Amino acid sequence: MSGKPKLHYFNGRGRMESIRWLLAAAGVEFEECFLETRDDLLKLLKSGALLFQQVPMVEIDGIKMVQTRAIGNYIAAKYNLYGKDLKERALIDMYVEAIIDLDELLMSHPFQPADKKEQHLANIVDKATNRHFPVYEKVLKDHGQDFLVGNQLSRADVQLLEALLMAEECKPDILARFPLLQSFKARISNVPTIKKFLQPGSQRKPPLQEKDLPKVLKIFNLNQ
Amino acid sequence: MAGKPKLHYPKGRGRMESVRWLLAAAGVEFEEEFIETKEDLEKLRSDGSLLFQQVPMVEIDGMKLVQTRAILSYIAGKYNLYGKDLKERAWIDMYVEGTTDLMGMIMYIPFQPAESKEKNLALIIERAAARYFPVYEKALKDHGHGYLVGNKLSWADIHLLEAILMTEECKPDILSAFPLLQAFKGRISNIPTIKKFLQPGSQRKPVADEKFIARVKEIFDM
Repeated sequence: MSGKPKLHYFNGRGRMESIRWLLAAAGVEFEECFLETRDDLLKLLKSGALLFQQVPMVEIDGIKMVQTRAIGNYIAAKYNLYGKDLKERALIDMYVEAIIDLDELLMSHPFQPADKKEQHLANIVDKATNRHFPVYEKVLKDHGQDFLVGNQLSRADVQLLEALLMAEECKPDILARFPLLQSFKARISNVPTIKKFLQPGSQRKPPLQEKDLPKVLKIFNLNQ
Repeated sequence: MAGKPKLHYPKGRGRMESVRWLLAAAGVEFEEEFIETKEDLEKLRSDGSLLFQQVPMVEIDGMKLVQTRAILSYIAGKYNLYGKDLKERAWIDMYVEGTTDLMGMIMYIPFQPAESKEKNLALIIERAAARYFPVYEKALKDHGHGYLVGNKLSWADIHLLEAILMTEECKPDILSAFPLLQAFKGRISNIPTIKKFLQPGSQRKPVADEKFIARVKEIFDM
């Protein structure tokens, strides 16, 4: 029965991108079923496949999992990316939760009305460089190890790399003041499974383009 | 070194209330240090106690844990409220995310402009009755057990009870179409540790009043 995990979402990053990163980093092949129209979503809803009527949804190990965090937790634990004990988990959870906060900011940028975009970008840069990045820079500095937690690759490293790259898309020199994050970025990017994911032709999705925005809004019935 | 967990937050529900529920349900005594003013928050920040400059923060087992979900996951894991294996965890996580979304909506009502309050309340009622509660009613119906996951009390049950009571504060008869949830509410409320927490004089916090909202806005610059 165990086939590859199957991801249900639109053909873009959104809330599913972290899941793609995690599966890819774990070396797990996965399939994707893209929602192209509102009808696709309605069909999925009608089939009862979405526990709370929402995507992301990932079919994995016989469960139709929903809720991004629940999915991420499951994959991280299954593939040994969640630390070795409760305390390491707690550290990983803290880092990941904050990264999710930053991701939400980054992710909502394309959806900002034109007159709010500049201020929104300023907020992103402020939060990233004053609240988030200093924490991880210090963590790496304090223990001097290659990975954030427990001296081995974990979900925290994968999700931080994802966030760093997304932040650089907003502002290319955003890591200027963070030398350890720069070397972290290079190091984690070179982990073989992640390196593969970062190459063209992988299932990694590009940033949302302005022209794709109407289609996404339509699928989810979000009228601006 | 092992003292009681110490919770840092203003004296009200907010994001800390689920932590109070979980500790109480697990029978764990805890202390609270209330943030009364902006200066109190600034002091915590300048002490370096808040990893991301935010509360909730819980001092527990030598750690200063922040991020509500990280705190809750740690407590659930430590006190055996997180299922027996990965798959049970997955279900608990999914259920808890649902109740988190619902309670999150309710939590923000006092902070929204007066004109949109009625509309937001209506949305909450609709979501509770059409999206969230049917899921838990069905879960209980399908397996016929007293608890949501694994036939044993878990974080999911405690969180659901909290969500039910909070939604009933918005609309007292919200469970009228959900007989199993009514029975669930009665049953879980009677668990000794939870029963104790539901009694006056416990560390459970009341619904936010005008005074509390004003204070929170001042403390967090909202």
